[in-house]
Formats: sequence, C-alpha cells, structure tokens
Amino acid sequence: MARSFKETLNSGKFVVTAEVAPPKGTNLKKTVEHIDLLKERVDALNVTDNQSSVMRFPSLGTTVLIKECGGEPILQMTCRDRNRMALQSDLLFAYTRGIRNVLCLTGDHITVGDHKEARAVFDLDSVQLLHLVRTMESGKDFSGNDLDGGVEFCAGAVVTPEADPIEPQLIKFDKKVQAGAGFFQTQAVYDMDNFKRFMEYAHQVDRNIKILAGMVLLASAGAARYMNEQVPGVFVPQDLIDELRSAPKGTALRKGIEITGRLIRQIKEEAICDGVHIMAIGREEVVPDIMVAAGL
Amino acid sequence: MIIAERKPLEDIKQMIAQYKKILLVGCGTCVTVCWAGGEKEVGILASQLRLAFRRDGGELETLEATVERQCEKEMVEELKDKIQQVEAVLSLGCGAGVQTIADRFEETPVYPALNTKFVGMPEREGLWIENCGACGDCFLDRTGGICPIVRCAKGLLNGPCGGTNKGKCEVDPEKDCAWTLIYRRLEKQGRLDLMRKYYPPRNFQAVVRPGKIEAQRV
Ligand code: SF4
Ligand code: SF4
Repeated sequence: MARSFKETLNSGKFVVTAEVAPPKGTNLKKTVEHIDLLKERVDALNVTDNQSSVMRFPSLGTTVLIKECGGEPILQMTCRDRNRMALQSDLLFAYTRGIRNVLCLTGDHITVGDHKEARAVFDLDSVQLLHLVRTMESGKDFSGNDLDGGVEFCAGAVVTPEADPIEPQLIKFDKKVQAGAGFFQTQAVYDMDNFKRFMEYAHQVDRNIKILAGMVLLASAGAARYMNEQVPGVFVPQDLIDELRSAPKGTALRKGIEITGRLIRQIKEEAICDGVHIMAIGREEVVPDIMVAAGL
Repeated sequence: MIIAERKPLEDIKQMIAQYKKILLVGCGTCVTVCWAGGEKEVGILASQLRLAFRRDGGELETLEATVERQCEKEMVEELKDKIQQVEAVLSLGCGAGVQTIADRFEETPVYPALNTKFVGMPEREGLWIENCGACGDCFLDRTGGICPIVRCAKGLLNGPCGGTNKGKCEVDPEKDCAWTLIYRRLEKQGRLDLMRKYYPPRNFQAVVRPGKIEAQRV
C-alpha cells in the first residue's frame, strides 16, 4: 500500500477500511492471515483495543504487525485502560513504528467485559484524547513540556448516527470536529434515510469532514434482532430482518453478505458519504466477498 | 451524608471469631440515618452474633455503646471504660469512625462491621443514591446541577458516550444516562451552550489523597 490513509481520504476515492480483531493470546496465525488477505484490498486496517472490554493482544502490537506485513494500520485507542501518561507513551512508540492513524474512543465500560472487577481508568474522554493528539503534534506533551521529536497523526473519532436521543450525540460530534478529528467512523448503520439525515447535519458542521459508514455484517436474523435489542445506537429495519429470515436454511450468511454489499453500493452510487468501514466481527475472511457484492 | 452498608454476618463473625468479649460501637450521625450503624443496628448485630456463636458451641459476651459522632476524637473518649473491659472493638461507624477509635485506643484491635459506600442522599424511604464523589473541584455549574463525575459511569466531561441508550446507561439499563439528564436540563434552561464547550481533563491534584483542609476562621 503505497498511499497513506490520509492521502487516500483526501484523494476523493471511495474509502474502504476493515476491522481486525487481535487474538486472545499470542497465537497470531489467524490475525496474520486476515491481514494478508485484506491489506491490498482495503485502504486501511483498523485494530480494536480490548474490544467490548475483553482483554486481548494489544491494538498497538497488532498495528505494528500490520505495518510489518506491509499494510496501512489505524490504531484504535480507548480511554478505559490507560491514563493520559500511558496514552502519550503509546502514541510516541506508535509514531516511531510508522503508525500514522489513530482512532480516538472513550471505550466501553469495564463492567461489560471479562475483567469486571478491574478498575476503569477514563482519565480522559474521547474529545480530550483528540486534544491530546493535537497537543502532541504541536511539539508539547499534554502538560506543556517540550517533546524531543514530535508526532503527526491522522486522528479520527466515532459517531453514532442512530443514537437516541440524537441531539447530545450531535453536540459531541461537533466537539470532536472542533478538537481536530479528521475522519469519522460511524456505529453500524442500516437505514439509509436516517443516515442521509445524519449526513446533512454532519455537512452543516463541516463540509469537508470525512465520514466512513460503519457496516456490520449481519450473519442471521437472530443477530439482527440482537443488534436492535442489545446494541445501543443501532437500528436494523424490519425489512432487512425479514429478508434474512426468508433466506433458505444455511444461506443466511450469504444473504448478510449480499445485504452489506448492497448497502455499500448504495452509499457509493449515491455518494452519501466518503466511504465505509467494514466490521465482519469474527468473519474477516468474508470481507472480500462483501466487497465483490458491493462492486468494489 | 455518608452511606454505608453492613457487611454480611458471616464475614463479621469470622473477623471476631477469636474473641470472647467485644464492644460494639455505633455512631449517631450518618450511619444512623441510613440504617446501618445506629443504636438499633448495634443491638441487632450484638444479639445476632451472640446467637451465631452459641450455635457453633461457643460463647460471646457483648457490650454496646453508641457515640454521637464516631469520627471525633473527643467523642470516642467516652468509650474508655468499656474498652478496658473487652478484647476487641467492632465499629459500626463509617471508615472514619473505625479509624478514630483505632487511633485513640491503639492497644485494642478495632474491626469494621460496615462497608462505607459513598456520599449520598435519600431518594425515598430506605433507598440512598450516590450523587457526589467528593472530587474536590465541583463541576455542577456547567452541568445543570447534575454530577457527571459519579452519575456518569465513565465520569465523562464532554458529553455522552456511544453506549447511551434511550436515556439509559450502557452499564445498567436501570440507571439514567447522566449526560441525557444533563442535556435535557440544560435544554430546559436554554443553556445548551455550556454543553458545547470543551472541558479539559480533570485535575486530580484538586484533592491530593489523603485529603486535608485547614480552614481559616472567619
Ligand atoms: S462535580 Fe460531582 S463529585 Fe465533584 S464535587 Fe461536584 S457533585 Fe461532587
Ligand atoms: S451511557 Fe451515559 S452515563 Fe453511562 S457511561 Fe455513557 S455517557 Fe456516562
């Protein structure tokens, strides 16, 4: 991948990123397979940071691995496990390893994960983390001390277009833009009319802001219902659930791939936003199929 | 006020299993109000412990006392005579009360019968909720009088996280999302501009733990 993610974002091309989940343990075989499968096909690979508060191989280590494999990584950083000092150290290290993209998140709460008794940190929130990145880029640390050798990142953030209520979410979106977020990755979106409404707002805030629509693969009608019931800020319309349910036995995954592909195609053809971020959640091997279904 | 909760009887029993005679000390202030360590609870715990010891074939002798404010040195002084008659003290005060007795009567082991939980207020009869984390740098002027430090599960200062769900918190679907409450209140007051402002990270030096304040007399 010759082009940096930042260049890709600014090139006007329809951007495609995919998510890589680090293993629970040191067996990196599957992770490397996924990296090799996807690194030439997508514009960047985004690595989750102890996703859902489940302890795993680090996001930072996996982004280094992607770099070694010749891919373009996006480092996800949450505020749940590290205070402002540890976050800065990790950013310094990341920069020296050629990592240039960072996605700033607050992070899920400890209590939803597999170390429920641990202490949650949240020394910073996502907006403050964006400020931290921008401060470090100015050559200073977050306490105002000079850095010997600086950093430069393409910093992004997340937004939930289907949040209920939406107004506080939009205020926070605005604050993230002000804090210097260069791109946004959204929570999963399925209802394109709702998403278009969100995009109108986003463009009012900043005409040039780059938005990648979150595409989470639905592998069954049950999974879709689960998303509606259990995942905050996600709405799967009933007709998509019905479509998945009507798929002949054993073909629901194929149907899900087809649906995701169709949504991506619509986003691209109607130029609803700047690209997509594909989350196949444990089924990374089907990402190329989704891209084929999307005509990418 | 300070909200506390009694430890399970079994845990208390194990803590004092080696003694034959103890003094139970209640406190007449916060823990009386939250039904955890007042005179009445002292009496109940004393008889529960005596009964539990007897059931195991042992014997426990108990003395009882309740001081007005267990966190004040001068006030625990009155325990002196009773403490001389026992092997150990079981305090039903908050953590500050336990330590006040332990500091004043250094020869005698003092055990906590309560878990001190939080600074809270009664929501209704028998229900207390945490509303302030004693962060040392009160933020309520910017949030319509709703504390984001403890009422938001993540203590966020710049708005809701992605886990907020129809007004509830990702951590507990029974709990209101503090940031939705803050949004609604500021909206009602026409002060949403406060929410649009950027707030830098908290200053954890606002209270250097352990906290210490020397007041100026006026
Ligand atoms: S901001 Fe919250 S925790 Fe801090 S002093 Fe005010 S009410 Fe207490
Ligand atoms: S859902 Fe609301 S209260 Fe809960 S952590 Fe997120 S912002 Fe805080």
